[in-house]
Amino acid sequence: MVGLTHLQRLEAESIHIMREVVAEAERPVMLYSVGKDSAVMLHLARKAFYPATPPFPLLHVDTTWKFRDMYALRDRAAADAGMTLIVHRNPEAEALGINPFDHGSRHTDMWKTEGLKQALTAGGFDAAFGGARRDEEKSRAKERIFSFRTASHGWDPKSQRPELWRLYNTRHAKGESIRVFPLSNWTELDIWQYIMAEGIEIVPLYFAAPRPTVRRDDMLLMVDDDRFPLRPGEVPVERHIRFRTLGCYPLTGAVESHAATLADVVQEMLLTTTSERQGRAIDHDSAASMEQKKREGYF
Amino acid sequence: MSAYQPDALVAADISAYLDAHAGKSMLRFITCGSVDDGKSTLIGRLLHDTRAVFADQLDALARDSRRMGTQGDAIDFALLVDGLAAEREQGITIDVAYRFFATANRKFIVADTPGHEQYTRNMVTGASTADAAVILIDARKGVLTQTRRHSRLVHLVGIRNLVLAVNKMDLVDNDAAVFNAIVADYRTFAESIGIEAFTAIPVSGLTGANIVEPGADMPWYDGPTLLGHLERLPVEADRAATRPLRLPVQWVNRPNLDFRGFAGMIAAGTVRPGDPVRIVPSGRTSRVARIVAYGGDRPQAVAGESVTLVLADEVDCSRGDVIAAADDPPEVTDRLEATLVWMADRPMVPGRGYLLKLGAQLVGATLSAPDHVIDVDTQREEAAATLSLNDIGVVTVHLDRRIVFEAFHLGAELGGFVLIDRADNATVAAGLVRRVVRAVEHVHWQDAHVTREAHAAQKGQSPRILWFTGLSGAGKSTIAALVERRLHALGRHTFLLDGDNIRHGLNKDLSFTDADRTENIRRIGEVARLMADAGLIVLTAFISPFRAERDMVRRMMPEGEFVEIFVDTALAEAERRDAKGLYAKARAGEIAHFTGITSPYEPPFAAEIRVDTATEDADAAAARIVEHVMGVWTHDL
Repeated sequence: MVGLTHLQRLEAESIHIMREVVAEAERPVMLYSVGKDSAVMLHLARKAFYPATPPFPLLHVDTTWKFRDMYALRDRAAADAGMTLIVHRNPEAEALGINPFDHGSRHTDMWKTEGLKQALTAGGFDAAFGGARRDEEKSRAKERIFSFRTASHGWDPKSQRPELWRLYNTRHAKGESIRVFPLSNWTELDIWQYIMAEGIEIVPLYFAAPRPTVRRDDMLLMVDDDRFPLRPGEVPVERHIRFRTLGCYPLTGAVESHAATLADVVQEMLLTTTSERQGRAIDHDSAASMEQKKREGYF
Repeated sequence: MSAYQPDALVAADISAYLDAHAGKSMLRFITCGSVDDGKSTLIGRLLHDTRAVFADQLDALARDSRRMGTQGDAIDFALLVDGLAAEREQGITIDVAYRFFATANRKFIVADTPGHEQYTRNMVTGASTADAAVILIDARKGVLTQTRRHSRLVHLVGIRNLVLAVNKMDLVDNDAAVFNAIVADYRTFAESIGIEAFTAIPVSGLTGANIVEPGADMPWYDGPTLLGHLERLPVEADRAATRPLRLPVQWVNRPNLDFRGFAGMIAAGTVRPGDPVRIVPSGRTSRVARIVAYGGDRPQAVAGESVTLVLADEVDCSRGDVIAAADDPPEVTDRLEATLVWMADRPMVPGRGYLLKLGAQLVGATLSAPDHVIDVDTQREEAAATLSLNDIGVVTVHLDRRIVFEAFHLGAELGGFVLIDRADNATVAAGLVRRVVRAVEHVHWQDAHVTREAHAAQKGQSPRILWFTGLSGAGKSTIAALVERRLHALGRHTFLLDGDNIRHGLNKDLSFTDADRTENIRRIGEVARLMADAGLIVLTAFISPFRAERDMVRRMMPEGEFVEIFVDTALAEAERRDAKGLYAKARAGEIAHFTGITSPYEPPFAAEIRVDTATEDADAAAARIVEHVMGVWTHDL
């Protein structure tokens, strides 16, 4: 008896989850952050509903500070899938000119946490797919696949529902919503293997290339556009770099690398002895930071 | 303890490495045991030795361990496993955590569940998706009550692959005699509860012996290591491929008029184009025309895959139906016996309406009082009136309509269900289908020669139930009596049910506990319905504090015939009036279960009529209610 492979099982589970949401939720939406996990999630959605177009829009909670390559792929991927793309920018943050250079953690709070809440409320969405994985961070290891949020988008770790077998209780009162994580049981290696197996297009920034950079506070940052305020004496230096995760370019640390193909990238990842998210400034707070952010409504 | 070190093949030949890892299988398992058994250390050991922990994670762990100070300067592996801040503060894990690691052959998902008092709920949740269970025993302590409890629970949820990890062997001098005695002891117990087979492995989480590498300290043991054994265990889900086809339809894919596909995950069996299938419950038959997939049609699909089928004929089939092997379909029933694991703080209320979700089917369900509850420590069956948090009991489930199901031992996909509270949508229980309950005697609902319509027509009115609800002392009976007097004066045929004519007669055997309150309302609802069937306008004036019961009566009635009237009086005002002196007694502790004081009142979300007694007097309210009801009639008659 030849069984299914782990990727086949993971794919089947993710598709099952997405179909369940579409069958039971009133207004689902898929959070699309343009990273590799989002790329996999979008690909799975296209498979789940084929030959139909996935029956929900994509939502990008924009900060205006993403890499230019991300914006390019975002628009193309949505068009290829034939899906509506909603781009939301927190108008308050836009008016105040909130940026990662001058405003520190307010940048994440206003653009991402507040922006997400605004977009979900404005769209009347009662279910939102997110690409988070349980292997990313400790508090996520206990996150349900279906995570319930109050009308104010808060998360109470003690009032989450038990998930038995493949039965997901999606019922919720008016105003309440569900965050759904179809990639919960995928690991970073699974994601890369699936991208290779399925030929999924990802942002070129995952592959090494010569790019203009500056080194700042132990982080290697890419000078992606002329909004990057160079400090006195700072001159962008061209280095062979790539990114392990993608976010706002001023907050995302690059690694020096020559990995130019998927196999090279996976090799480099497997040879690296630090965990994936180290490149992101958001996790450098206390161990409980992600949980705190989640309670406040961060995805 | 060392951190992640990559496989040598990664650096030498990444393509060969990736090829080797492409065909991995996936096994989910659960670990059972308390912190004292060294469970966290064992999981930490598996994660370390399979290179799943990174240097920075190990640094953070060491830092956290020193800060928490539970293990002195040593690493506390519980911190690697415990996730939430609330749990860390309390020093307990309150939930199921999922951990991941892989070898060249297999990806593993570990469901780690705590060993404290929430064990039943969490263990059953974690075990529900597991192919195997690792039960830990402290070699110094042997088989404990807790070992037996965990074993019974994993056996209950149908896990056939059982591994007994006898841990801390280093603390008993790696003595074979100790190990053998524990295994013999466990075997006697296992056989007594019907566990057919298990594999026992002597290990040490601390030294790592027999976990990933064989333990040099135990030369007498020549069996597999724990990881070696887990790598070779059969994946339970793979067995399902050999059973008859079952595809619960999750979603009907209709992008245009020319395409209709039935999407779902194959619960059992194998499907190929041309296979004859039967749609259950309708019984209609057809053939599989295509297995549609993104990259092109597929020649075959097996259990565990999410597929989209196109059938050869235009047959009715929607979400909740099951596409099954034509010659071997699953059963259909509206009454079944099930084992329930109660998971909510609020106890089960027999007779109350819940929702039941099984596969893609969602139906209304009411539960009988438990036939018995099972004491997981002793396996004894005991009598009980209800089920509370972490109780396991056997009940009869009555369903609003027939559903497609299989006995749980055939598969969880059509044999496992959850119960949902209608009031707050919480998942309150996990259920395992035991069997169909065949009615011993069929009570045929006699076709009345004089129909309900005929009864009503003779009286020249449409039946109604005017259901008054509100706190004690709100003014329900007063307003209801005024409404009845007015309707009577208008020539309508009415009857008022209230505490005076019900509590002292029909329901004098009932107390004021939640369960009896439910039964009280159920009886009143049934009586009111019979009276409405006789063509009457029935007025009821009872506190009826729970939404679920009021909604239950509403569902008994044809659309529009149930009129909920919320007599809304603030608690302070009702207590100030206290016409019968009941609030004073309740405050003095002389009355238990008094609504508003020691028992909750759940106001309606959308009553047809709300009377605010602070702004509207009883006469005005009665006039308005009569007007509302008469207004409805002019359309009806």
